[in-house]
Amino acid sequence: MMSFIHKRIKQKIAFSIFGLISMIVVGILFVILGFIIFRGISVINWGFLTQMPEEGMTKGGIFPAIVGTLCLIGGSMIFAFPIGVLSAIYLNEYLKENWLKKFMRSMTNNLAGIPSIVFGLFGMALFVNKLKFGDSILAGSLTLGLLALPVIIRTTEEALKSVPDHLRIGSYALGATKLQTIRRVVLPISAPNIITGLILSISRVSGETAPILFTVAAYFLPKLPHSMFDQAMALPYHLYVLTTSGTNMEASRPMAYGTAFVLIMIVLIANLLANAFRRYFGKRNKMN
Amino acid sequence: MNRKRLKIFEKVFGVVLFSSSTVTSLTVLFIIVFLFNEGIGLFNSTPVEKKYQFIVSNNNTVKELSSKQLKDIFNYDITNWKQLGGNNDSILLFTINDLSTYFTDDELGANFEYLPSKINELIKKNPGILAYLSDKYVPQHLEGHVIPLTKISIKDFVTGTEWYPTSEPAPQFGVLPLILGTLWVSFGAILIALPLGLATAIFMAEVASQRLRNILKPVIELLAGIPSVVYGFFGLVVLVPLIQQLFNLPVGETALAGSIILGIMALPTIITVSEDALRTTPTSLKEASLALGATRWQTITRVTVPYARSGITAASILGIGRAVGETMAVLMVTGNAGVIPHTFLQPVRTIPATIAAELGESSYGGLHFKALFALGILLFLITLIINTSVELIKSRKRS
Repeated sequence: MMSFIHKRIKQKIAFSIFGLISMIVVGILFVILGFIIFRGISVINWGFLTQMPEEGMTKGGIFPAIVGTLCLIGGSMIFAFPIGVLSAIYLNEYLKENWLKKFMRSMTNNLAGIPSIVFGLFGMALFVNKLKFGDSILAGSLTLGLLALPVIIRTTEEALKSVPDHLRIGSYALGATKLQTIRRVVLPISAPNIITGLILSISRVSGETAPILFTVAAYFLPKLPHSMFDQAMALPYHLYVLTTSGTNMEASRPMAYGTAFVLIMIVLIANLLANAFRRYFGKRNKMN
Repeated sequence: MNRKRLKIFEKVFGVVLFSSSTVTSLTVLFIIVFLFNEGIGLFNSTPVEKKYQFIVSNNNTVKELSSKQLKDIFNYDITNWKQLGGNNDSILLFTINDLSTYFTDDELGANFEYLPSKINELIKKNPGILAYLSDKYVPQHLEGHVIPLTKISIKDFVTGTEWYPTSEPAPQFGVLPLILGTLWVSFGAILIALPLGLATAIFMAEVASQRLRNILKPVIELLAGIPSVVYGFFGLVVLVPLIQQLFNLPVGETALAGSIILGIMALPTIITVSEDALRTTPTSLKEASLALGATRWQTITRVTVPYARSGITAASILGIGRAVGETMAVLMVTGNAGVIPHTFLQPVRTIPATIAAELGESSYGGLHFKALFALGILLFLITLIINTSVELIKSRKRS
């Protein structure tokens, strides 16, 4: 009896410690988010979001960096989203369990594990130098697109897997071809989860710095890009510049807090949106 | 007819699908090709940029000089050819800047027309001379000979202890401090992240209610979603000053700061992968343990965790992989001193941070540029090993 109580107490203590540690992990997130939101929110106003940087980036706004990041998000997704979805469809709907599937899957995993700075090196060697795009939005978008590709493939595959097989079989039984089944049955059902993947990869792409260091990012550019062969500023690189190599780092600190705030907001909104999407459509699908 | 067109369309679509799915494989292949293409040139090339020559006297018996030896000579750590296995002559360094100490302007002539002969004279007169000359100053009928330089080998690259890629005239491309710096910071990170992550994963998989889990899950996703540059920024403005004050250091940018930030960044990976692993433990095993009178805690430590062991190993390896490849956050908080670290309270420099910090300054196609791509190859190989071992662990489990 004694030892039973003893064991019970031991369990209680262990579970409390584990619970406490989990709360610490949550706490870390809230400290980081809270700190940046608290310091950054006072900097944010309409002017900050819509003006050019002024006086050695100590005044004015971050408009060109926002525009640059939007260009990069658009550019990388135009390229990576279709390819990612198409290859996930191929992997999940067309390929049987064989060596080719195994090989492609392990290549996707490998690509996902490659450090972002290596993508930067690769983008510089291939797009900037070999294909002579120069430091440009095009080169940066392609590099970021390749980085996001494994994320899109993985989430799309998960989405496709969640479509029950009997729906596919039912569609075939009605005389539909494979392509018709994918278009009319599989894709509509999995669309919300695919979009969730898209949102999350946008959030990832918008914060990546290392791949754009040598492929697109400009230290300071007081004008907006005109074509995809122009250099551009970008939010994450702007934050890096402001904190480590600005001309007057003390004076540009508020600008840095503001930039970090905008970055955090993009991530936060993307995550909330993705979760809401998942929850809303998850319920709807269950009801059908 | 319509049916036939549909068939053709299906075929075409199949081809489109196949070609899209080759993009990832091709990218991996291209990454390998391009990294090697740019980086492999470092090996078997001489450590000094072309257009410059080292010239010694004809009596000199030393066969070749390495970059390390050159550096020691220029720092006056080596002062006699005997130390390099040659004759007992003290080394006399001569660069074009020393010209005026040996010759007057008149001796050289108005248009330096006597320069080659004067240099020849100098080389002939001093058996211990080591002249560092640009090609255009090397006399045509040389009285000495050009001493060849040891080519950079993979072994020197990996085991060299000095990374001074831009030093003149002898750059040093030893990446050992960078490798050790990377490992040092990454292992520190895993020491922090593994206990925290594992505890959280066990809590989420075994203890927490469904409602609590629904709160924890998005929090961890968000932790994974914060950009690394924001982590770096947070580390720089909060953690670095804190460490500096706490340990009374001259600078707060240390390996410790890097390890803490990287530890936080590795948490989501470790938590997600080990939670998945813990969930694979069959309910029947757990119930059997509970039926034998074990408490839930005993079941966790004796059944669930041992069963998920390989998954937890995979999680820690993946966490290390994440830390090894992380660039921006490390670049911002570790201080980037290229020395072999001895304590956690010292600045260190990692491989990714070195590439990020230096590639912009290196000239395209130069030795420094190639060396940074060689670092990229090294990093790629490390992550490849990590990914492959994770897949091996996972597949062994399945069988």
